[in-house]
Amino acid sequence: MALAIRDLSFRYGAVPVLERLSTGALPRGELTALVGPNGAGKSTLFRCAAGLLKPQLGSATLDGADLAPLTSRERARKIFYLSQDTQARVALSVFDIILLARKSLHRGFALAASADDMRAVEAVIAELGLGPFASRDIGTLSGGQRQLAAIGQALVREPDVLLLDEPTSALDVRRQLDVMATIREATRRRHIVTITAIHDLSLAARFADRVLVMNEGRIAQAGPPAEVLAHSAVSETYAVGVHLERSARGTLLVEPYIQVD
Amino acid sequence: MAAVMPATVPAAADYRRRNARRLQLVLFGLLALTFALALDVSIGPGNLPLADVLRTLLDPQSATPRLSVIVWDLRLPIALMALAVGAMLGLSGAGMQTILSNPLADPFTLGVSAAATVGASVAIVFGWSIVPGAGPFIVTANAFVFALGASLILFFMTKLRGVSAETMILVGIALLFTCNAITALLQYRSNEVQLTQIVFWSLGSLARATWTKVGVAALLIALALPFFLMRGWALTALRLGDERAESLGIRVDRLRLEILIATSLLAAVSVSFVGGIGFIGLVGPHIARLLVGEDQRFFLPVATLASATLLSLASSLSKAITPGVIYPIGIITALIGVPFFFSLVMSIRSRGA
Repeated sequence: MALAIRDLSFRYGAVPVLERLSTGALPRGELTALVGPNGAGKSTLFRCAAGLLKPQLGSATLDGADLAPLTSRERARKIFYLSQDTQARVALSVFDIILLARKSLHRGFALAASADDMRAVEAVIAELGLGPFASRDIGTLSGGQRQLAAIGQALVREPDVLLLDEPTSALDVRRQLDVMATIREATRRRHIVTITAIHDLSLAARFADRVLVMNEGRIAQAGPPAEVLAHSAVSETYAVGVHLERSARGTLLVEPYIQVD
Repeated sequence: MAAVMPATVPAAADYRRRNARRLQLVLFGLLALTFALALDVSIGPGNLPLADVLRTLLDPQSATPRLSVIVWDLRLPIALMALAVGAMLGLSGAGMQTILSNPLADPFTLGVSAAATVGASVAIVFGWSIVPGAGPFIVTANAFVFALGASLILFFMTKLRGVSAETMILVGIALLFTCNAITALLQYRSNEVQLTQIVFWSLGSLARATWTKVGVAALLIALALPFFLMRGWALTALRLGDERAESLGIRVDRLRLEILIATSLLAAVSVSFVGGIGFIGLVGPHIARLLVGEDQRFFLPVATLASATLLSLASSLSKAITPGVIYPIGIITALIGVPFFFSLVMSIRSRGA
């Protein structure tokens, strides 16, 4: 019961972005952190997995079943990709856009939301603490609040696979911890596959069950956080030194530093 | 996290309240539209008492032949045409603005109306008919074919270059300028009578209304509105941006093309029937956006109703300014529309978007 991506290759015109990338099996119920420098191909990997881009080569399977034959609609039901761009300013409330994420695949004349949809939206709003600004237009919110609303869209979909592209980039420290904990809990409780791209290595170490290090279109290293982050692949990928330490509270802390030769 | 915030979510209650209010606004729009229609029918040359007009409408048998002709053959087709054209332009403008994420997009700014004028001018100056056997409808038929042609060019150019909002707007503006230049060329080549005809045609006038045109327009609206509403959720998703809409499962390119075809058809029919009537397709949707926001389930019908009501009121105004004279409605809408248009542009700039 896992998501597996094999030999994925993608190029934009002549520019290769992904080169025979394989993730290995990413089991349901586990939170995977995808780390790597800017331009490593993380978002492209997500777009290919979500079916928004057609890779030239490679396959993706969920629970052993090939995802390629699915229509875009079927695929969108199984896989939700939360893009980095969460900042649209339009006259729609937080409640509106979360409900929209439940209803977007709907086509027909039953335009009203069902009681079931309403309950699901309410639950996500409570879960993410969106209550105080749920009725406000997203155009009037802060960047972090808009990002939280977008995470609400991801959770309310109840997909099998959740691909999150830097979901905590605009959030304050408290919200970062809250959101990562919520995502990890949702992953376990719903028994889904979650991959989150993230730049903060300490946050990755703290919440992820597994870390994938991505560099130049390939997975350079994969495994449990403590093991992977200690590996030389991380310092090579980012061209930094990496110092690992357990805090007094037992949390793994990652301190990158610039090496002077 | 649930412990941090109260478990009850007043947002759901807020949402229901807001929906109820938006539904009320739709009903209010219908009421306003009915009122505007009644006003439009009741005023005009002939100085008929309101009671006579109403009686003629409700009980045609009892009316004198003169009353009957004025109300049923002259005033009612024009008044209904005002509603139908307003609705078509409003829905068309609203659809274009949504798929192009640009509040300034409408059949005018994208060159559809200008292309129709080229078609009409070709008919007027050369007597060439694109549709064989169009006979007395040669100007209308040519205008329609050219308007649709402009939309097709827009369609294929954007399909060729990728269906982004920017491409569509750029191609539309290029079309607008090309068509205006061709019309100018035709005007330069025409004699005085033809020149007058072209100018009058491009002004836009409801005096060209007939019961047949009203029927065709009503049928088109009856088909188009459900076509748009069925895609209500998908269109709302598009407002969040292409990538987010795609990840919500929307096939953005296909949706954009479907809506482009529908909006083009609406615009082509209305322009070919009554000529160019500007600003209604901008102002109606703008009012709708202020009243009900961007949720397309409400935005599209309210934009349609608001535009229809506005054009109907403009039609009344065109008869009321100088008793006995009916000004071409395109002049009226442009005069009212320009200040509105400025306020729209200024409000966008002050919001910094």
